[in-house]
Amino acid sequence: MNWLEIKNLQSVSLKDIPRVHVDDLTGEIAGGLRSGKRLVQFFGNEEKDIVTLYVILADDNSSKLFVSSSNFDGNKSYRSITPLVSSAHLFERELYEQFGIKPEGHPWLKPVRKGIPGINSREEKYEFFGMSGQDVHEVGVGPIHAGVIEPGHFRFSCHGEKIYQLEIKLGFQHRGIEELFVRNNARQTYLLKLAESVAGDSVIGHSGAFASAVESLSNLDITRRAKQIRTSALELERIAVHLGDLSALSTDVGYLTGSSVFGALRTKIINTTMALCGNRFGRGLITAGGINFDISTALAGKIISTMDRLNDETTLAAEVLFSSASVLERFEKTGIVSKETAREIGMVGPAARASGLAVDVRSDHPSGGYEFFPVHKLTLNSGDVFARAYIRFIEVQQSIKIIKEQLENFTAGEIKKDVKQLDAEKFAVSLCEGWRGEIAYVLITGKDGKLSRVKIKDPSFHNWFALSLAVRNEGISDFPLCNKSFNLSYSGFDL
Amino acid sequence: MKLLLVIVILVSPFFFLGIINKVKAVWAGRKGSPILQPYYDFMKLIRKGEVISRTTSFIFQAFPSISIASAVFALLLIPFPFYGSVISFPGDFVLFAYAFGFSKFIMVLAALDTGSSFEGMGASREATYSTIVETAFFIVVGSLALLTSQTSFSVIFSSLSVSAGYSVLVKILLVISLFIMLLVEGSRIPVDDPNTHLELTMIHEVMILDYSGPDLAFILYSSGLKMTVLSILISDLVVPAFPNLLLVMASFFLILLMIFTAIGLIESFIARSRMSHVPQFIFVMTALSLTAFAVIAFFLRGVK
Repeated sequence: MNWLEIKNLQSVSLKDIPRVHVDDLTGEIAGGLRSGKRLVQFFGNEEKDIVTLYVILADDNSSKLFVSSSNFDGNKSYRSITPLVSSAHLFERELYEQFGIKPEGHPWLKPVRKGIPGINSREEKYEFFGMSGQDVHEVGVGPIHAGVIEPGHFRFSCHGEKIYQLEIKLGFQHRGIEELFVRNNARQTYLLKLAESVAGDSVIGHSGAFASAVESLSNLDITRRAKQIRTSALELERIAVHLGDLSALSTDVGYLTGSSVFGALRTKIINTTMALCGNRFGRGLITAGGINFDISTALAGKIISTMDRLNDETTLAAEVLFSSASVLERFEKTGIVSKETAREIGMVGPAARASGLAVDVRSDHPSGGYEFFPVHKLTLNSGDVFARAYIRFIEVQQSIKIIKEQLENFTAGEIKKDVKQLDAEKFAVSLCEGWRGEIAYVLITGKDGKLSRVKIKDPSFHNWFALSLAVRNEGISDFPLCNKSFNLSYSGFDL
Repeated sequence: MKLLLVIVILVSPFFFLGIINKVKAVWAGRKGSPILQPYYDFMKLIRKGEVISRTTSFIFQAFPSISIASAVFALLLIPFPFYGSVISFPGDFVLFAYAFGFSKFIMVLAALDTGSSFEGMGASREATYSTIVETAFFIVVGSLALLTSQTSFSVIFSSLSVSAGYSVLVKILLVISLFIMLLVEGSRIPVDDPNTHLELTMIHEVMILDYSGPDLAFILYSSGLKMTVLSILISDLVVPAFPNLLLVMASFFLILLMIFTAIGLIESFIARSRMSHVPQFIFVMTALSLTAFAVIAFFLRGVK
């Protein structure tokens, strides 16, 4: 067998992972994706000068994950699979950047974050895709923007007002998070703070995914109560960001009513998170082994009544927003991503579901609170800004339902268990549906039972490319709207 | 008295902009900034230093003064209810239109002068929309000239009240036309979004991105004055001919207030148009003014 079959949050011994020749492995990946699997991770790990490539595919229908690996023993290159599998293109660039393993025949071997000094470093010789012609002009935006936004450079090749091609250059926020995890692997609380800081709007998502992976490595099953609180917090985060995005989308089209109403609703939710853990973004809530703050019966009742009110208020506000002709004129048929494209480039999260691609980790690879109350996958078909806005509204309604399910069936028990020593030479995968999509953590421990490799994938890693494709042939003045409809993370991508 | 009126109007633009902001704030459920905030902002900018790009030429620095001069000049040509205009001669409305046009021409040049790709895009958008608006404006004034057989602003408006019954219909059409022109020239929603920070979507704002300090203050003032001048033109059409001067003046200022409140309400209720659909919106102005023209032509022929 070339693949080891596991489930989400199941840790396996490194020895059990099959070693395959790289050319066979890439062939297997291409075959797996043709049969409907999804590329979840594709990363390297260096040990004693030998780089090992680990690949994780997901079969969403059977809730199974498939792991395999390949050694680069001396050879520094292999045949790229990007020409066959578009969704691998960033992973291969990352592998090249981190370990110098060159994918031969890769069509777009540009730096992902910092690049390789002297070869394709971001500062040295970055060559943008160029266009020439009489009426073609180029517009560069960023990395420093007009608002309080993260840094990223957008290079448009336009014909008049129409965008032909957009190239997005990121990496300005690269902090070396993966290395920081390994370098500080003895400091438990620091590591959680680090996970919380991967993307500031996905605190619960990232810290939850990391904590679950650590628990899986130490064979710790946290209490049902802790799982329920984690799930509720994750859904609160989803509601807050979705409402904030609906507000921001309204702002971008100059629709004052939506902008202020959804903004006010978001405040109520982040204040609920604050009542839960003392921080509006959920920092400090999750710890390895459980959670730090319990929900009292009184608070649970308060959250449930807040959810009921929110449901009415959101529905009312959404009815106004989505029935306004002037808003629909901007949202509909803007920035379309087709289902085929979404599948091909491996999109995840609400953006993928808005294009009709039914991927949702909460339903496909359930863990924690989602095991007790299954989540129904929501999809829309049009793949435009409208779909990406509307899916946020229906997901808010769904999240309200999930939180109520968890808290109305709240179980008693401890909220925290002590984390024992991590098992040595293990490999754990943790998938978590953050509000933006699939967050994937892979943790590998060394002989001493300490983390020797942490691989993080924020959903933005998949979805930035979708934005470039969405804005093709759109007016350049609609770019900010398309951008906001995805609302991707720069820091989550840059790590 | 006429001079006093001119002075009042000269200091009022920021007050009217404050009204728009207040209406929007109240609708959004906020307390909002004070109505006089634009004055405070103006004073703040006046006291500031300014940064001028080394790549620009004298055009860039000339624009703020030219924009103020042309807005003030347009104000002198526009008739006030009862008092008429400060300067008046047959055909003065052509000069009025080109006072705006000249300032806009210099603005486009100044934007191109910076060499920024953003400002180039803004200039292109502004020039496109202005072309459509200018045509429609001449149809509006042409209709009025046809209706009254006069070619000077002051005389046109002073002889409006004695016109025939169908002039009510004509006035409604022209008021809507001029209101659309006000939204376009003032860079308001649904044409442009004065509050956005997104350079790629801007029209007017992006062309003045490189201005700072007193220069920016002058530009903000002159675009406010331009909006005020256009709203005076609208109120000229609708101010009732009361025998009492006090009543006329009261209704004149009331109507100005109503116009700016209406702008605030529009910005509260509707979203900004897609850029490629803006010309359609401006063509509504052309269509309405052409309709007015046709109505007048039809009735005039019928009478004779």
